[in-house]
Amino acid sequence: MTRLEITVNGQYHDRDVSESRTLAHFLRYDLGLTGTKIGCEEAECGICTVLVDGVPVDSCIYPVFKAYGRAVTTIEGLAHGDELHPLQQEFIHHGAVQCGFCTPGLIMTSAALLDENPDPDEHDIKVALKDTYCRCTGYTSVIRAIQSAARQKRGLDPLLVNDPEVDEPMRVVSRSVPPQEVVAKVTGRAKYTDDYTFPDTLYGRTLRSPYPHARIVSINVDKARALPGVRAVLTHTDVPGENRHGLVYRDWPVLCDTVVRYVGDAVAIVAADSEDLAAQALELIEVEYEPLPVVADPKYAHSPEAPVLHPDHPTGNLLKHIKVRHGDIEQGFADADVIVEREYHTPTTEHAFLEPECSIGVPAGYPGHDKLTVYVGSQIPYQDRNQIALAVALPEESVRVIGTLIGGGFGGKEDIAGQIHSAMLATVTGRPVKMLYTRQESLIFHPKRHATIIRIKTGAKRDGRLTAIQAELYGDGGAYASLSDKVMTRATTHATGPYDVPNAKIDCYAMYTNNVPSGAFRGFGVTQSAFAVEQNMDLLAEQLGMDPIEFRRINAQKVGVTTATGQLLRESVGLLETIDDVQRDMQAHHNGEGFRWSWKEGHKAYAWGFACAYKNTGLGGGAPDKSEAEVEAYEDGTIQVRTAAADMGQGIAHVVAQVAAEEMHVAYENVKVLLCDTDLTPNGGPTTASRQTYVSGNAARLAAAALREAITQSAAEMMDVPPDTIRYEEGLLRHNGKSVKLGEVVGWMKQNGLNPRARQEYWAPKTQPLGTGGDMHVGFSYATQAALVEVDTDTGEVKVVKVLSSTDIGRAINPLMLQGQIEGGIVMAMGHCLSEAFIIEDGVPWTRLLSRYKMPSIKHAPEIVSHLVEHRTADGPYGAKGVGEIPSINTTPAICNAIYNAVGVRIYATPVDQDALLRAIRSGQREVYTAWQDVK
Amino acid sequence: MKLWNHYHTPATADEAVSLLAQYAGQAQVIAGGTDLLVDKRAEGGYNPHEALVDITHIPELCKIEEDGDFITIGAGVTHTQIVKSALIAHYATCLVESCGVVGGPQVRNVGTLGGNVAHALPAGDGTTSLVALDAEADVIYMGERKRVPIRDMYLGPGKSLLDSHRDLLVSFRFRRAADREATAFKRIMRPQGVALPILGCAVWVRLDETGALFEAARIAIAPIGPTPGRADEVEHALIGQPATIETVERMAELAQSTLHPRTSKYRATADYRREMIGVLVRRTLTLAIYRAQTGDIVPEGVGA
Repeated sequence: MTRLEITVNGQYHDRDVSESRTLAHFLRYDLGLTGTKIGCEEAECGICTVLVDGVPVDSCIYPVFKAYGRAVTTIEGLAHGDELHPLQQEFIHHGAVQCGFCTPGLIMTSAALLDENPDPDEHDIKVALKDTYCRCTGYTSVIRAIQSAARQKRGLDPLLVNDPEVDEPMRVVSRSVPPQEVVAKVTGRAKYTDDYTFPDTLYGRTLRSPYPHARIVSINVDKARALPGVRAVLTHTDVPGENRHGLVYRDWPVLCDTVVRYVGDAVAIVAADSEDLAAQALELIEVEYEPLPVVADPKYAHSPEAPVLHPDHPTGNLLKHIKVRHGDIEQGFADADVIVEREYHTPTTEHAFLEPECSIGVPAGYPGHDKLTVYVGSQIPYQDRNQIALAVALPEESVRVIGTLIGGGFGGKEDIAGQIHSAMLATVTGRPVKMLYTRQESLIFHPKRHATIIRIKTGAKRDGRLTAIQAELYGDGGAYASLSDKVMTRATTHATGPYDVPNAKIDCYAMYTNNVPSGAFRGFGVTQSAFAVEQNMDLLAEQLGMDPIEFRRINAQKVGVTTATGQLLRESVGLLETIDDVQRDMQAHHNGEGFRWSWKEGHKAYAWGFACAYKNTGLGGGAPDKSEAEVEAYEDGTIQVRTAAADMGQGIAHVVAQVAAEEMHVAYENVKVLLCDTDLTPNGGPTTASRQTYVSGNAARLAAAALREAITQSAAEMMDVPPDTIRYEEGLLRHNGKSVKLGEVVGWMKQNGLNPRARQEYWAPKTQPLGTGGDMHVGFSYATQAALVEVDTDTGEVKVVKVLSSTDIGRAINPLMLQGQIEGGIVMAMGHCLSEAFIIEDGVPWTRLLSRYKMPSIKHAPEIVSHLVEHRTADGPYGAKGVGEIPSINTTPAICNAIYNAVGVRIYATPVDQDALLRAIRSGQREVYTAWQDVK
Repeated sequence: MKLWNHYHTPATADEAVSLLAQYAGQAQVIAGGTDLLVDKRAEGGYNPHEALVDITHIPELCKIEEDGDFITIGAGVTHTQIVKSALIAHYATCLVESCGVVGGPQVRNVGTLGGNVAHALPAGDGTTSLVALDAEADVIYMGERKRVPIRDMYLGPGKSLLDSHRDLLVSFRFRRAADREATAFKRIMRPQGVALPILGCAVWVRLDETGALFEAARIAIAPIGPTPGRADEVEHALIGQPATIETVERMAELAQSTLHPRTSKYRATADYRREMIGVLVRRTLTLAIYRAQTGDIVPEGVGA
């Protein structure tokens, strides 16, 4: 400990501080200023940005003693009391806050910019925020918010909000109200898991396998246990219950016993008095491994010579063979005048949510905790509880999972991370145990997007009608099943694209390998198949001599079409309108000078590329899909909605609040939401499959309607009038001249022994398993996108200039925040197309650092023009369908189609390699089959 | 997890050197730390530096100074200080252009030119420009103050002449561009993988009195070899040639035929790099000629 003098947010501190502290740790853990978030500790993501003497720095690797005598400003120091800084206000106003985890960093970086440059243009903003990442918003709203705040600081009116047009807005539904907790998020008060503190907390860490495949010969933890300050060291022998977890197949060891199957597999866990002691303890654990042959790719995994990784699995390394059979495939190709067959490759990709995984286990009996409790930002709290309970051998009712705010998920927070480990360590030590993963650990540990190999053959008649699609997909499922079965099923069933295809034969092989497990990731397999489907569509159009838009229009799904899985589409198929919207915008871009697919300006080649997509809403495939919500009214006139439906930034919290406000006829501001506490909120089911708005939105709607009924009854009794004559008006219940406040009715109900609370379960319409025909899904969202791409023909560099988008989402419950889903989804997909690949070399990850995984930064953000199409779906709340995933599906093929139109080279593997692209341009090659990761 | 145990902020260079000596190899110099600490993080495991000696509180090391025809930049000067310096923008434009593309603002605000050189990556952006400027480094090497030509600071990839557990980089010194002299820097990146250039190129040119002929040139292109190098054949061939597009084109071809880049995994193939040599020589020479002829100097690409 050494004396440190420092001023933080105007307050002078003179105190003893460890010389080893970073500024971020000092702020968060010594001063409790947890508004400063830590994303990578590599000076890469920028979300930890604070100002030192007004200058933005990455506090995560900034030694606190470097700031000796300086003045530090954090997000907590920006607002003046309750008066928000213009940036904080405008981030809210323009919908630039989703998960909120990067928000403090974005705002602080922007604050420094505005201090230096009161009128920044878009370029200035892109320069200033180049290294401050946001994974949710796609940056469009961020840029607008900063410019708007700059105007306000200069005494001008703020910029108008780019609020999308919607049909039939209701009182609260289809209005762009601010999301829940948004003020806490912009001021740094919002609490994510690592922001919670409990006295006597221990720090947990995990010893992970360095081998992709090895037999565990022995584990010796004696030296680690002997280290003073180490409170527990646990291995597989210490797992009280079932040493396996998993969402679909229970194949993933809580702690490996005989074999490790990937680099990152957990072998032992420790809890110690400090993070450093825990890290030291890991070094003292002696594990003897006997390396085994590595299964590094899914095709090899399928071969007879490959070692079998899960001997208990009945089909060996073949986790699942998924089949779609529709019509007569041979006849389909016999009918075709033109056939295109190609092979496409997509890599493993990483969610890179900005908040690394964190869980805190709190033992039963610890003050305020009557049962074993785990705090975690998880997408599936009830399934976490189930999996924890099985592993620690407790009944589910003896475990409580409390969902905290989630700093991004995108599918990557569905599987168990540290939930079971922290619960075990807390139980053993009798103290709270925090397990915060480092970014580097997060990268190697958690399930990713499946790498795929997709061979696809598409046939069409001369008139442009598709006759058949045949496809073979390989998905690299990695070491454990996670959600591979479901994800690859979606890749398979969506491999026709959103088209009317009379004959289809699609086979998918989801394989076990010794790579990092693959699981859920926004787009859920459809992102991969769309890359293949939509490029084959352009190839066919070219061979037919047809306009690619017209070709898609001819084949577009519409009401009355039966999908390849046998589902008759009866309603809500807005694909053609989305095509119309985008085509109109493409023409408008050329300002009446005549549309051109491509053109050249010096050494820059420009072109448009076009692609369509569809994506199911809900679990489907026969899985029971239900959600439960509870709504309670209070005497102060407020209501609370409770459901365990996780909000990772996508906004289910404001969706259920808006729905309840609509049904209850109260102001949105009077609705509070409590999510994801397994003791206090009923099960909303997993946040996956773009399902929450549909399923939990409906549950909230039903619960709110039921409560309204009950309150109306009571009010009728109070006023002594018939219930059907009572009207609601902003918190008042009226009958002729009389009125009573909602809160007064609640008080009356309580006095009369009535519960002002309603709980309802919503079951989505029944679906059918794949292969049985009928409705496999409750509905589909549709999208069309066009990308305008610039290719530098000197260097092969590719830039996305503009993306035009139109999306049929049934109804926009919150248009502005929904638009944020679309913009964010597009930019995320752009990353998959142009920059992102998680590289694994013979089972060993090369991408061990965030600095080796480049996601789109603000400088890559294109102009995005987004339209909404609202083909209501009968069962969705007010007609709404899912939106979470659909924007991330067709961006990649749209960009690749544009590259082809610009320079005549087709891309068969992502992310696009400028090196190979340039060499192809120079040599007159028309096809590139290699991606960046193939540069060796 | 901690990355270091003790942290010192000496006020003079001598104090820094004696601290290093006291720790006898257990302490290491730190400036911005944006490479050093990230490298430590990347090692994984629990192995903190015993002590770090922060040189950014030493006034001598944090200044940009003009001394007659020479400019001196302290080793602790940040990339941002360089980017914002009107002096350097005018007289050593390539250095602003190269420092302006390192990292993002947060990294440039703390990362130093000295750190860039000490890290000894052959394609460090700042390094490439220092080579074109024919800079020298003032160092305290094995206890002695010495002046070392910039290229001699590099022993191999990531290997510096200086031992950062013992020695200190004090400053860089180079001659400012005179009339009819100008510099330019450009690089080619890829959007994937580590943020190291596929290829960077800095040029310094001097035209004759008429502005029509090349009198001299220095061309630094990296990475070509394990340490920063220059395109000697091109530099010789340029002397006395007309400052025209045709010459630039010939020089681009000469550079492509005389330099032999290698393939680096996940960065670039040798073929691609050879193509980029042509592109960069063309782009930087054209810009430098324009600057030398017109005196119209606006750094390009800062913050890109």
